[in-house]
Amino acid sequence: MSVDQTDITKVALLARLEIDEADVPQYVDNLSNILALVEQMSEVDTDSVVPMAHPLDAAQRLRADEVTEVDQRDRFQALAPQVEAGLYLVPKVIE
Amino acid sequence: MHTKTIAQLSAALRSGEISSVELTTLFLARIKQHNPALNCYISITEAQALEAAAAADQRLKGGDATPLTGIPIAHKDIFCTEGVKTTCGSKMLDNFIAPYESTCTAKFAAAGAVMLGKTNMDEFAMGSSNETSYYGAVKNPWDQGRVPGGSSGGSVAAVAARLAPAATGTDTGGSIRQPAALCGLTGLKPTYGRVSRYGMIAFASSLDQAGPVTYSAEDAALLMNVMAGFDERDSTSVEREVPDYTAELTNSIEGLKIGLPKEYFDDGLDENIARVIERAIKAYEALGAVVKEISLPNTALAVPTYYVVAPAECSTNLSRFDGVRFGHRCDDPKDLFDLYTRSRGEGFGAEVKRRIMIGTYVLSAGYYDAYYLKAQKIRRLISEDFRAAFETVDVIMGPTAPSTAFKLGEKADDPVTMYLSDIYTIAVNMAGLPAASIPAGFVDGLPVGLQVIGNYFDESRLLNVAHQYQQATDWHLQVPAEFQ
Repeated sequence: MSVDQTDITKVALLARLEIDEADVPQYVDNLSNILALVEQMSEVDTDSVVPMAHPLDAAQRLRADEVTEVDQRDRFQALAPQVEAGLYLVPKVIE
Repeated sequence: MHTKTIAQLSAALRSGEISSVELTTLFLARIKQHNPALNCYISITEAQALEAAAAADQRLKGGDATPLTGIPIAHKDIFCTEGVKTTCGSKMLDNFIAPYESTCTAKFAAAGAVMLGKTNMDEFAMGSSNETSYYGAVKNPWDQGRVPGGSSGGSVAAVAARLAPAATGTDTGGSIRQPAALCGLTGLKPTYGRVSRYGMIAFASSLDQAGPVTYSAEDAALLMNVMAGFDERDSTSVEREVPDYTAELTNSIEGLKIGLPKEYFDDGLDENIARVIERAIKAYEALGAVVKEISLPNTALAVPTYYVVAPAECSTNLSRFDGVRFGHRCDDPKDLFDLYTRSRGEGFGAEVKRRIMIGTYVLSAGYYDAYYLKAQKIRRLISEDFRAAFETVDVIMGPTAPSTAFKLGEKADDPVTMYLSDIYTIAVNMAGLPAASIPAGFVDGLPVGLQVIGNYFDESRLLNVAHQYQQATDWHLQVPAEFQ
């Protein structure tokens, strides 16, 4: 399986990742090589194999639906690039 | 004093031979002297360290000290440390002062260990050479023209150069064991779920596991006694009693059944490394162990499968870096899309972007079954290989890495070649098993690591097996000439 420039542009869009136009050919090469490596998987018959999501096949633990965190909004927002009145600021979304 | 093990330092602190403030001052001075050349620390937390050391000295006098009270330690910069810059080796987090503490580092602080600083690493732990760090490459103390391995390269180089008596690392595909091998140290990746991942910046959540980097297996046991244990804040943490990891160190290994996977000794292995490993196995036989050839038939599939699972999970985990709530934000975004794409494009380095791209591709519509689901199925086959092997042997041994430390820049432009340097370590993460790398000798002056893989939750046995070898050999006590 190899990828082309259109694939790279599409995947970068999905990943919300700006990629320099000049770097696209290198991504085509790198990703095609990695996918060629990954391609070895297709040689294995796995029809009857159950996928393994957790190394110990553990189930998700449940807990009581109680509030356990205290409000630290100001503290966390102190790390944000731009906040105002307790809100995270981003460029205008709705005209 | 700087070449002593933690077990020795702990005794020296208790007897009053040295204080924690003196010991901490000594290591801080060594860091100042050697870090400019090695680049193994991103942050040095001198003021906090001296304060913690003074508190440790009080505690030592008070009599409620633990074996780690007053012992300096370095933490990989992947662990959130409250009030201290936590970068994960990335420009994305260059301005990030963690607002909370990881469980792992909190446990060390509670035991009285003294944090010296935060160590350099491959960006977001993605790399096998420490060359992908935003803060520059780390140099191998055994040969500064070579890589220390990765991704816990800073932690390992710091301990190898005796700029810390021990360090924490994390291992997603070999990131503790491979650098430990390349720098001549003892490194342990515990069973998945044994050490809390809370506050440890996530790369591939179903594979990531924290562990110790030390001179000796005995020291690793002392660190494991602090690190291991259930944490309700990590949903994958395992509720299971924690043994005293030092309790079985001195057990005899007479009759220990060692499995040697034939796939680990094929043509891909450097013959000089093969000789070192064979000599180590002979030493085990001399200690009474019994050796048997085994087969792990799906070994060759581990790397391809990993490069689906790890990037897929990475692309998901790293979607939280959006330039809105914390981390790097681009200047003058013209709209929300521009804010996301440019902040991420500028904040992430080349290898991280590559893995996000692969992960996004394999998870995109129409490809999920062919890649991620297929990989999870093969992951089970890999695990079943180990399960079958552990029905007939107690531990599995082989090389940790296919070569000794390679030259800086040698593999940097070829991702696939770099990925294959983790060929012996990755399957262990896929299966979630514990494994250690211990120093077993040298080839042309560069350290070689022996990998010892154990069954689930068999860390005590691994440490016992490593300790017995270290009682019979002194490879683990070798110090690079410049740092003696």
